[in-house]
Amino acid sequence: MSLKLPIYLDNNATTPMDPRVLDTMLPYFVEKFGNAASRSHSFGWVAEEAVDYAREQVAKLIGADPKEIIFTSGATEADNLALKGVYEMYASKGNHIITCTTEHKAVLDACKHIEKLGGQVTYLQVQADGLVDLTELEKAITDKTILIAIMYGNNEIGVVQPVKDISKIARKHGVLFFTDATQAVGKIPVDVNSDGIDLMAFSAHKMYGPKGVGALYVRRKNPRVKVTAQMDGGGHERGMRSGTMNVPGIVGFGKACEIAMNEMESEAQRLSVMRDRLENALLQLEEAYVNGNKEHRLPHVSNISFKYVEGEGLMMGFNKDIAVSSGSACTSASLEPSYVLKALGLGDDLAHSSLRFGLGRFTTDEQIDFTIEAIKNTVLKLREMSPLWEMFKDGVDLDKIEWAHH
Amino acid sequence: MAYSEKVLDHYQNPQNVGTLDKGKTNVGTGLVGAPECGDVMRLQIEVDEESGLIKDAKFKTFGCGSAIASSSLATEWLKGKSVDQAMEIDNMDIVEELNLPPVKIHCSVLAEDAIKAAINDYRVKNGMMAMELDEKKH
Repeated sequence: MSLKLPIYLDNNATTPMDPRVLDTMLPYFVEKFGNAASRSHSFGWVAEEAVDYAREQVAKLIGADPKEIIFTSGATEADNLALKGVYEMYASKGNHIITCTTEHKAVLDACKHIEKLGGQVTYLQVQADGLVDLTELEKAITDKTILIAIMYGNNEIGVVQPVKDISKIARKHGVLFFTDATQAVGKIPVDVNSDGIDLMAFSAHKMYGPKGVGALYVRRKNPRVKVTAQMDGGGHERGMRSGTMNVPGIVGFGKACEIAMNEMESEAQRLSVMRDRLENALLQLEEAYVNGNKEHRLPHVSNISFKYVEGEGLMMGFNKDIAVSSGSACTSASLEPSYVLKALGLGDDLAHSSLRFGLGRFTTDEQIDFTIEAIKNTVLKLREMSPLWEMFKDGVDLDKIEWAHH
Repeated sequence: MAYSEKVLDHYQNPQNVGTLDKGKTNVGTGLVGAPECGDVMRLQIEVDEESGLIKDAKFKTFGCGSAIASSSLATEWLKGKSVDQAMEIDNMDIVEELNLPPVKIHCSVLAEDAIKAAINDYRVKNGMMAMELDEKKH
């Protein structure tokens, strides 16, 4: 079989939709177009039935009750609804939220918004491997704490937080626990009951479903959790999220969850073998380092820094053939290197030199072989061109040089 | 972000990558940028003592494609110029030649700084005063 280019290895950004998902969605655009909130005719009933079925599929994947699923436009909206909704709903109990510095921007920026409203937020530092320190977490809890918001799996380094231990601490202190599980749901087993999760955000397009649809899980029992709606309107989704249901999207989300559930075990195994092969081959290069904890990690993610070459320059060597992303400043609008990598204590130079690989359902062994060769060759070529590499090889201590900062 | 043809060409076939002997008095070396900022350029010139013309120029760059292309282009332009002519290379000439987008203008500024730093190093080594360089905003 000939290799088709370009190769997509950026599955943490988004995934291609599974054709089986598309087939399930198609009837809901033209033929079954009804509004799920129309109670008076068959068009509405058909749509409502489809949404109910999808809600069951989604709930089943995470061990929840279908009534606990609030459909949203995606994980960003779900993150905002969870944080701001809890802050507003539980204002009489307290105003303090605990999160960590490696969270997704949707969580960090929602927290900053809450601070502007008068809330208190603690941003926990993570350890060098990206994991939250549980002792620090427990110490941060005060009598004003209403919520702990710690992500399940990190989008840049794939590190999986000790969710069960975090939820135990939250329970012990009567604090709610919210997790952004966008990268984890559908990839590794996530169960809201055995994991002790009270609220959880996740999204369809990270698990081979369509873009523009996601969900917030909101626990109904032990304890019963409520969030204040952040959009006013028709009172859909038990009053927590108004707006006409995205029926085709929700149907696709449901199907994506069903497929993920059926194939997760074998797929996680397949991906971790491929990921490890890629990683081990690239680590044969000198001065290449894996970022984040290797043991507690999503099976399809690898983040590697290739010292003395710059990430964007590196990607340019193969990005017509291979799609990955980098923590380099040059790839972001802000010109700041990845805050996640910096939170691990990496110097800016290593953050600038990182690549993130996100394997997926359609990644093949041939693609991995091609990627290993292409990246090795480009790193070697760019190091020949790198003054820092030459200095390193000549034994110059780069930290001792006075660089002209600009 | 799409790169211009010229940036791609310099990236794929960089001109004058390498190292000149900094021990020689007719070689000037400029090292600018910082690893934390994501780009470091080292640019060197070798001046022909009889004619006063730059007979060789080499670079090594840690940075994005635009930084590599800017330094590669700079070395091409330097060869055959007198030191005074080399002083006149302006970063906007590089921007224009490579079609750099606004977010990459700092790469051209760095290349201009590298040229001037190399010339200054050459001047100082040869008993001349270092020139005052007006700091451009990166």
